[in-house]
Amino acid sequence: MRRSTLWAVPTIPLLILGATGCAPEGSGGGDSAGDESITVAYQTTATYTQVDSLMKQAKEDFEAANPDVTVELEPIQAEENDYATKLALMQRSPDTAPDVFYEDSFRVRPDAEAGYLLALDEYLAEWEDWDTGFIDSAKQAGLGSDGQTYAVPMGTDTRALWYNKVVFEQAGLPVPWEPKDWQDILDAAAKVKAAIPDAIPFNIYSGTGMGEAASMQGFEMLLYGTEDTLYDTDQGKWIVGSQGFKDSLQFVSDVYVGGLGPDVATALDSNYYQQLNGEGYPTNKVGASIDGSWIAGSWLEDGPAPWPEWSDVMGVAPMPTQDGQEPGATSMSGGWTLAVGSGSANPDAAFDFISTALNKDNSLSYNVNASQVPVRSDVAEDPAFTESSPVSGFFSDLVEVTHYRPTTSDYAEISGNIQQAMEAVMTGEQSVDEAAAAYDEAVTSLVGEDNVSRG
Amino acid sequence: MTTTPARPLREGRPPTVRPGPASGRPAPPGRSVRRAIPLVPAVVLLLLFMLGPVLWSVWGSFTNAALSGRAASEPRFVGLDNYVALLGDPDFPNAVWLTVVFLLVSAVIGQNFLGLGLALLTATAPKIVRSVVATTVVTAWVLPEIVAAFACYAFFSSDGTLNALTGFVGLEPVEWLFAYPLAAVILANIWRGTAFSMMIYEAALNDVAPEITEAAVIDGAGGWKRLIFVTIPMIRNSISTNLMLITLQTLSVFTLIFVMTSGGPNQRSSTLPLFAYAEAFGLGKIGYGTAIATVMLLIGAVFSFLYIRVLKPGDAT
Repeated sequence: MRRSTLWAVPTIPLLILGATGCAPEGSGGGDSAGDESITVAYQTTATYTQVDSLMKQAKEDFEAANPDVTVELEPIQAEENDYATKLALMQRSPDTAPDVFYEDSFRVRPDAEAGYLLALDEYLAEWEDWDTGFIDSAKQAGLGSDGQTYAVPMGTDTRALWYNKVVFEQAGLPVPWEPKDWQDILDAAAKVKAAIPDAIPFNIYSGTGMGEAASMQGFEMLLYGTEDTLYDTDQGKWIVGSQGFKDSLQFVSDVYVGGLGPDVATALDSNYYQQLNGEGYPTNKVGASIDGSWIAGSWLEDGPAPWPEWSDVMGVAPMPTQDGQEPGATSMSGGWTLAVGSGSANPDAAFDFISTALNKDNSLSYNVNASQVPVRSDVAEDPAFTESSPVSGFFSDLVEVTHYRPTTSDYAEISGNIQQAMEAVMTGEQSVDEAAAAYDEAVTSLVGEDNVSRG
Repeated sequence: MTTTPARPLREGRPPTVRPGPASGRPAPPGRSVRRAIPLVPAVVLLLLFMLGPVLWSVWGSFTNAALSGRAASEPRFVGLDNYVALLGDPDFPNAVWLTVVFLLVSAVIGQNFLGLGLALLTATAPKIVRSVVATTVVTAWVLPEIVAAFACYAFFSSDGTLNALTGFVGLEPVEWLFAYPLAAVILANIWRGTAFSMMIYEAALNDVAPEITEAAVIDGAGGWKRLIFVTIPMIRNSISTNLMLITLQTLSVFTLIFVMTSGGPNQRSSTLPLFAYAEAFGLGKIGYGTAIATVMLLIGAVFSFLYIRVLKPGDAT
């Protein structure tokens, strides 16, 4: 008895390992027998299911046209940061790397340099829609630093001020609201706070928990409305020590430390984004907020949080520049893409899947459902898009004043440093000058003294 | 302690020497090799799944490996750069300090003393009390870590159970996870881990021979004296083992803190595992993250060494 139990102890884990180790799920590797399959990885959350719908539709279309290829969908339930981490970890091993994946445009360059992505030029040359349908400026989103195209854009987006007309009327503020500079925003927030104490007067995403939303909807919407930017494209240098950087942090501090924003604990909770979109806006608990063009997507009839009255209640206004300087408004654009894994055993089928997922019909319904700004001219002109939402024209027009993030492979990490600086300021742990100095130091040590310029 | 059972004689071979203490008799050649055979699978597994990652981590910490970008496909050897950067990183001493506080307060003081206390109190309690206490305490231990973590998040969050309870007696709600993040995760870890210490100590107390305790009573030793001069010396081995295990467990607690506070706000509950995760996966600096992991390994080794030296387990009592 004693002897046999001793044997059992080491063999049990062996058995478990044997059972799990032999069955890597839905690997992108070569299929030995008969039917081929490709795996498709993408993000889905409780309030963001539009990509999931798109992929399900594309799978149906693709499998109807290619009966011998099976599409395996691998939705990843995670917020933006965690999704990026999980995807990068999957891409590191050929056994788990998906054939097709949903990829944020700012990660295309670093991921192409890391060798995760397949260059698509020869496929794109044979795809008629790429020449006739896609807008040239939008194609930039898929470029790698070697000039080859690694990803196909699905749509782009712009950012602006959303405000709640019910809240604004209660606070005695004018509707439509047309703030001319940052001070107008703070003044309006102060009035909302005085009139409705339990509402969030003004929201700006901030801190590490919010990930890229804090950098882009938060910090960069401020910074690109000052005289400064993050990166000097002509010289290829990161800008440190600029006045605009400090002024932007000061604004974050004015909102949070000044009591004009959500309370800090709420804003740092990683569920904040979901709460705001699903509850905060629809229950008239938010005065104004800097947010993306896509948020209305979740309120559509078949969206994850239907809110039929949203177009009567929510108003939009362009984000003003710091002191109202030219061009008066600013915005930031990003967008997501579809890419093929470099290790894909079946790149032809993988690209075919992308061309199905982003053909005119599927692009149209995705751009409408996710409230995206189209990257296909045939979608942008289609009445089904232009009449889909009362704000689609507003957000498309912001493309004129919009900015793009620096497209270097260091951006992802520098964005993390921006979020840390914001968090330090919003919690009051560091002064604006201290947080800006910490950022300067982190950036300098990351890219090297030669690649920074003093603003 | 229990007495060693008499050593069984090998069949058909009368002993040439009188069976004395095991160490005094040379083992027949080949026997220890045969006896080691059943250990082979375990040793192979250990090498594969413990030593392998350890070596990989040490190697990774000397490179600039990254999650994306050029350094992901062609990591370079950078020598001690990661460690030099770590020493200059203001977040590092913060993480070490938080780890030490978390370790001492939640494991060494909290779980250890609470576990011992519960084991002592229930040892003489009626059976019904003992099973109620055991069930309550062990429930937290049985829950998968992620479930326990969500339970704690729900307990401490702003509209959670704790604020509802304090609300009954008219107190203002407090943002526990924001205002006292370290205290919250420490309490959570005590709640979750105490059962382990309690069970180890219950087993150890069962081994204390009742005659010795009775003799101490007859000699006039009171409760405290019996505990300090009789019980604790007799369970010293278990104390040492328990301290070592809970220290190593607590050093590597990640899920609990990640779910409750993610190491925030502003790094105020960012212990070393959280710090390593944030650097390796948040910022994509795999090499730097593994350097932090290697430092954690060293800290664990130092603690294990201290317990072994100071408490000398293996010394027969």
